[in-house]
Amino acid sequence: MSLLSLGRRRPAAAPEPLTRTNISDADRSRPSVRISLTVGHVLVLAALIIAGLGPIVWLALAAVSPTQDLIRGPFSFFSSGVVQWENLGIAWERGRIGHYLTNTAILAAGSVVTTLLVSTTAAFVITVLRPRWGKLLSGAILATLFIPGIVSLVPLYLTVRELPVLGFSLIDTWWAVWLPAGATAFNVLIISRFLEAIPADLYEAARIDGAGPLRILWSIVLPLARPILGVVGLLTVVASWKDYLWPLLVLPTPDNQPVSVALPRLADQTELSVQMAALFLSLIIPVALFLIFQRQFLRGASMAGGVKG
Amino acid sequence: MTDLDERPRTAARTAATPARPARRRRPWRPGLTALLIAAPAILVYAYFSWGPILSSLVMSVQRVVLTGQSDFVGWDNFAYVLSDPGLPQATANTVLYTVLAIVFGFPVPLALAVFISEMRSRAWYFSALAYLPVMVPPVVAILLWKFFYAPDADGLFNTVLGWVGIGPLPWLNSPASAMPSIVLETTWAGAGTAVIIYIAALTSIPGELYEAAELDGAGIWRRVWHVALPQMRGIIGTMLLLQIIGTMQVFTEPFLFTGGGPQGATKTLLMTIYDYAFTRVDYGAATALSVLLALVLGLFSLAYFRLTRSWSRS
Repeated sequence: MSLLSLGRRRPAAAPEPLTRTNISDADRSRPSVRISLTVGHVLVLAALIIAGLGPIVWLALAAVSPTQDLIRGPFSFFSSGVVQWENLGIAWERGRIGHYLTNTAILAAGSVVTTLLVSTTAAFVITVLRPRWGKLLSGAILATLFIPGIVSLVPLYLTVRELPVLGFSLIDTWWAVWLPAGATAFNVLIISRFLEAIPADLYEAARIDGAGPLRILWSIVLPLARPILGVVGLLTVVASWKDYLWPLLVLPTPDNQPVSVALPRLADQTELSVQMAALFLSLIIPVALFLIFQRQFLRGASMAGGVKG
Repeated sequence: MTDLDERPRTAARTAATPARPARRRRPWRPGLTALLIAAPAILVYAYFSWGPILSSLVMSVQRVVLTGQSDFVGWDNFAYVLSDPGLPQATANTVLYTVLAIVFGFPVPLALAVFISEMRSRAWYFSALAYLPVMVPPVVAILLWKFFYAPDADGLFNTVLGWVGIGPLPWLNSPASAMPSIVLETTWAGAGTAVIIYIAALTSIPGELYEAAELDGAGIWRRVWHVALPQMRGIIGTMLLLQIIGTMQVFTEPFLFTGGGPQGATKTLLMTIYDYAFTRVDYGAATALSVLLALVLGLFSLAYFRLTRSWSRS
């Protein structure tokens, strides 16, 4: 479960020398096992399709149905024989889903930038440069992992309302979401672990060749750490896309809100079919992201376990 | 925690050699550059992590006045929060949510992972399908499920139940079934992550253990019970603690599904904190309750770090 294995690629030559799992080949040749495996296979697949794909497909159909059909019954799609493609357009135009989605994307992109900047530089200083105060820094960052987020919710809101010392307010600016997103100790931890797996000789050699810290960060660490940075970036996008309470608190002006905050408000005001279209439009980007970056997502998720474990 | 500090063997060695001029190689003193590189992290953590944590402790013993001087009121906020007649129910609701989330959410992902890890060819589809709900943004999922939960016989879930002859359930509309309904949705939304983590843990179990058990005559089920599950003890414990820490802080789902209703049956501790801070604008009470909740969760975090440390060493 070690994170170190992430950097390693499996040798491409042997096509899966399958480490054995619980059920052995001998078991698999027994008819009773084979039958129950096949039955289980079908049942589990059916359950997963219903639970995983079902709601999304239902929503896709509902998004282009007339409200009347949805009211008539949850499975009576197109019972009136009409496919209302214009729902999507109405949600996009009048519900301004496009606008809110753009806000969401801006929030996510900025959060990725601050997260990567803060976490990578912190991990770099802690694991590579190792100044005398490095232990203090790593201790202070990791200590925040112990403290549940809830303890700082209200003071964090007040901080953002008026930054101590600096004295200005971030409320209703993107920075109110971007900057706190950078302070995620978990990311420092996984990037640090990755950087530790890079042989120290590499840094040593660069140093002897006269490379300064910035150059080592830029030309050695960043290129080597790309896989982990990609995973951290993806996890940040998803977390930001899902966030509700924080943007609700710090972005009071509807024009600035991400789609997650706008949807509940919209749901109260629009008719059912347009509502469903709006939900569907908000869903396709994360789902598309997942379909494109499946491997990275699943690796990221299992890595979360790897770090935690 | 210690892992981060584990490597400075060379640094430790040079530090241990007392005489300065005896050093063979000039040590790297990144000094100011290191500070500059760390500056964004130091600032961001100071402002958005440590600062709020500290001010939370301060504010919990103050009557917070935003525009003027806040008074020190000692334990008044804590006494006020603890004597709030709504607190027992909010606590009970939160604990109920956490317990239900474990009861619903624990066995299914584990069983799925054990099953999927035996798939030789199509494991990928299975895990991708299981993970798909995780990608649905919570607000989208909540609004969709709210529609699914429509209490009349025409509601989507009630229609499906009707096919097998089970009468329409009130779902979110009755105090008894509201919380289980919310937990059902969050389980659906969160199970995928647990499945993927368990699969990763299962694939890292050495095959020899199964082999040995098989030679000893253990059947498939006994191997699950006596090999796979004991090997996953650490990760299962970790997931349990993480789930407790996470679910005790639940907010979005009860807030958007029911707003705490019906009759306060789904009002959680975090919603109480939200009410103190943003409805009644009593920041002192809000932070006092946050600190209390954080203390309890901090104990779980501590247990979690103990557990992961001993586990990653083994």
